[in-house]
Amino acid sequence: MNMSEMISPTIKGIPPSGIRKFFDLVNEMKDAISLSIGEPDFVTPWNVREAGIYSLEKGHTHYSPNAGFMELRVEICKYLSRKYNVDYNPKNQVIVTVGGSEAIDIALRSLVSPGDEVIIPEPSYVSYKPCAILAGAKPVTLNLRVEDEFRLTPELLEKAITPKTKVLILPFPNNPTGAIMTKEDLDKIVDVLKDKNIVVLSDEIYAELTYGGKHISIASYPEMKDKTLMINGFSKSYAMTGWRLGYTCGHPDLIAAMYKIHQYAIMCSPTTAQYAAVEALKNSDSDIQMMNREYNRRRRVMVDGFRKIGLDCFEPLGAFYVFPCIKSTGLNSEQFCERLLSEEKVAIIPGTAFGECGEGFIRACYAYSTENIIEALKRVGKFVNSL
Amino acid sequence: MEEILELLENNSKLSEEQIAVMLGKTVEEVHETIKKFEDENVILGYNTLINWEKTGKEDVTALIELKVTPQRGEGFDKVAERIYRYPQVKACYLMSGGFDITVIVEGKTMKQVALFVAQKLAPLEHVLSTATHFVLKKYKDKGTIFEEKTKDDREAIIL
Ligand SMILES: Cc1ncc(COP(=O)(O)O)c(C=O)c1O
Repeated sequence: MNMSEMISPTIKGIPPSGIRKFFDLVNEMKDAISLSIGEPDFVTPWNVREAGIYSLEKGHTHYSPNAGFMELRVEICKYLSRKYNVDYNPKNQVIVTVGGSEAIDIALRSLVSPGDEVIIPEPSYVSYKPCAILAGAKPVTLNLRVEDEFRLTPELLEKAITPKTKVLILPFPNNPTGAIMTKEDLDKIVDVLKDKNIVVLSDEIYAELTYGGKHISIASYPEMKDKTLMINGFSKSYAMTGWRLGYTCGHPDLIAAMYKIHQYAIMCSPTTAQYAAVEALKNSDSDIQMMNREYNRRRRVMVDGFRKIGLDCFEPLGAFYVFPCIKSTGLNSEQFCERLLSEEKVAIIPGTAFGECGEGFIRACYAYSTENIIEALKRVGKFVNSL
Repeated sequence: MEEILELLENNSKLSEEQIAVMLGKTVEEVHETIKKFEDENVILGYNTLINWEKTGKEDVTALIELKVTPQRGEGFDKVAERIYRYPQVKACYLMSGGFDITVIVEGKTMKQVALFVAQKLAPLEHVLSTATHFVLKKYKDKGTIFEEKTKDDREAIIL
């Protein structure tokens, strides 16, 4: 049997992640330094790890309820109410998922029928498009623009909407650009959406990582609440990527549909992680604050560094990425990153990994120690000057 | 501007330029603020945390509990002063609870420290009793874990 012929054409049609492709190179290189990883460098706060360990000591090693422990769902709802002013019912409006990743997948599968259009603003996180395709949707990419600081504008949105539009992905604070949506930005988007039958899939996984102002959730607009599915999680806010825990909240009917997929395909999220997450929600506000302040300082170091090198860099106010423009070097994104890696041994991700409109940009992550960032910037400077 | 203090407390090697960038301030503002903190004795010094054990230097540290009779009008302060002026005394705290003063003493040998206690601390007027505890191993000091791995072992690349 030729196994390759057995693979579904849909899967064959999905390219492997552009990031992965590029970074097989890095793994072979011993002394490369990196600004490429998309996860916190902090270790999960000790009280949270300790709660996980304690749950294991007590022998809590079984399945949890499908939607997650009630205590955790209650804490999630309290947190969302306290931080973002959105109220959900823990009984029928929350599912604890295996990361935000699972939530993206099961949301799209629950909503989309063949031919439905899913609007995906780009540059953005790499999994929306494949998940939309796997769900049978027609992904419609919407190119965000550096002139708008990569925010979604009502004009761009109106242009992308057709009678077939079923879902809008709203990925802010954004990976890879670091862009955020302020209240004023959201007001205009809400005006466009409020009378339309379009579900907003709001990926707010970086909600705790905004600098200067608080994150605003589109779900906090009463006219949008029922149309919005909020996706959030513990990976970035509490430095818990490896625990694999996220959650999603929204209209009870949509949650009930997603619950079916979650129940049959996943069963439940990791039990140990759920115990740890309860502790995180109850007692880790000060850790979140500490990490936020540290990221903010590194962010300033990085923006300042790229600007001093002579690369245009709009001020990113969210997540932990900066997205400088490298057009002035005459190289395209892949060339820039490949040469930077081979000549100066610094790994940065080409903007094109996040959509074609990422051409001319690179994504540098500042979830690294300041020393690492300063050394990497020094090398980037040397490289740019040598061109 | 408290944040400057937090930064320097963790890393006193940061330059004024670096701090300015990190906090989004001008170098002059940072310079002035640090100078003010120094003048007001808010910043008392710029120490380095050293794991002497790794250098092969054999030092001993002891924590000594003192019970003291407080003095009319000056409480424990006068006795404390007579103690903390010794250079061997690295730290000296007034305590609540079962005893009154904690003294952290460093010396070359246990004998040296024991003699210091016997000859200098115990005979002090108003000192009622001493209890000496030697430190066997330092796990963490000044917020820093001594044997912590600092290597970044994240996967080189995830999505
Ligand atoms: C925008 C965005 N959404 C979702 C995820 C998935 O995170 P997790 O599955 O760890 O919650 C990531 C991870 O990088 C991300 O950047």
